[in-house]
Amino acid sequence: MCYFASINVPTDSFEPTMSIGTFSLPALPYAYDALEPSISAQIMELHHSKHHQTYVTNLNNALKTYAAALSANDVPSQIALQAAIKFNGGGHINHSLFWENLSPASSPDADPASAPELTAEIAKTWGSLDKFKEAMGKALLGIQGSGWGWLVKEGNGLRIVTTKDQDPVVGGEVPVFGIDMWEHAYYLQYLNGKAAYVDNIWKVINWKTAEQRFKGDREDAFKILKASL
Amino acid sequence: MPIPPSMASSLLRTAPALRAGLRARAAKPLAAMASTSFVRGKATLPDLPYDYGALEPYISGKIMELHHAKHHQTYVNGFNAATEAIAEAQAKGDAKSAAAQAPLLNFHGGGHINHSLFWENLAPNGKGGGGEPDGKLLTAINQDFGSFDNLKKQTNAALAGIQGSGWAWLVKDKASGNLTIVTRANQDPVTGNYEPLLGIDAWEHAYYLQYQNRKAEYFSAIWDVINWGTVAKRFGN
Repeated sequence: MCYFASINVPTDSFEPTMSIGTFSLPALPYAYDALEPSISAQIMELHHSKHHQTYVTNLNNALKTYAAALSANDVPSQIALQAAIKFNGGGHINHSLFWENLSPASSPDADPASAPELTAEIAKTWGSLDKFKEAMGKALLGIQGSGWGWLVKEGNGLRIVTTKDQDPVVGGEVPVFGIDMWEHAYYLQYLNGKAAYVDNIWKVINWKTAEQRFKGDREDAFKILKASL
Repeated sequence: MPIPPSMASSLLRTAPALRAGLRARAAKPLAAMASTSFVRGKATLPDLPYDYGALEPYISGKIMELHHAKHHQTYVNGFNAATEAIAEAQAKGDAKSAAAQAPLLNFHGGGHINHSLFWENLAPNGKGGGGEPDGKLLTAINQDFGSFDNLKKQTNAALAGIQGSGWAWLVKDKASGNLTIVTRANQDPVTGNYEPLLGIDAWEHAYYLQYQNRKAEYFSAIWDVINWGTVAKRFGN
């Protein structure tokens, strides 16, 4: 998880006074009701102010405990904390990327035309934007349990990947956009009808953000995280 | 066998409702079975042993209806589709296609098993649900957890610790007879050396319409509708 390296930790000593970055909940770039009718305001408010906040809170707690374990050279405790860091850190990363890759449907950003280079690469890879959406939809609906679907750039090519629970995309890939398939992302509005949620989320994808991420590198995609430190 | 032996045995061993579902379809005339002789009778959605609203206010009627009529039904359908696909692949000697069904068989078969067990280990409060275990079961709980309160605390901690979708189970170790708490991801069923006694569904669809993100409140409330009679029966009183 290379972006954690950006946390300002002195490398010459692990005194208890070391400074540990504390993450905070990033503000949504639009109002809670701005994605209606695709995603209800109630879902957005709970999802952002409760679920995402919980990941941030638990990540900060895990990192604080981890720092203490580091300074005590307590390797078993460091290992025991990995799962909590991955889950809560992943939750923070995934949601931070997600909010930014959504947009009110009325915005020009929600028009695939605002991603000319990305949509050209999508057409090259899948044949057409519709065929890509079909493939992505199939991947999303095939997730067993909680997880995410991502369009990622790997090298110069595009790929659809799914990740379980809050596992973040932290290989070499650049996350172009993500779609949250946890039930809390849609259940209050769509109940068990997750296919309808997948259909409707295409109307609120922020293609402008997607284009920027596609043209940039991992550092660019993850700058939102540094901003929330 | 289209179904791995461990899953087949747990299907037949643990869920009377499942057996009933299988028997109902297997009873159709042999002539009708001939063209699909590899299909051993389809799984069907078992009836709930109480009304959808019967677990209120602990679990809302709307949650129960969606959970049973929609979610469980989807697992039943997916399980039947997977077993049929495996049987067809087997008939063609197509091991690759059969193996490709394994995750679907585990997920949907597990979902069918887990929910069938879950409905039976719940009951309306005051009508078989809630209260405390007694008899040999309580003795075993006291021995393995210290107290009934500790069992609840440990179970709730296990439930809260699930990262994503999953279940927590009170299980009996078949070799030692000891009780313990285990969690399973997604719809992975309890198999192998553990006998499932009590399952609690920690998927968001099990509580979200009523409790939203306050899942600890759901974990606390569900003890008011646990059917200890079912748990004791599974334990072997």
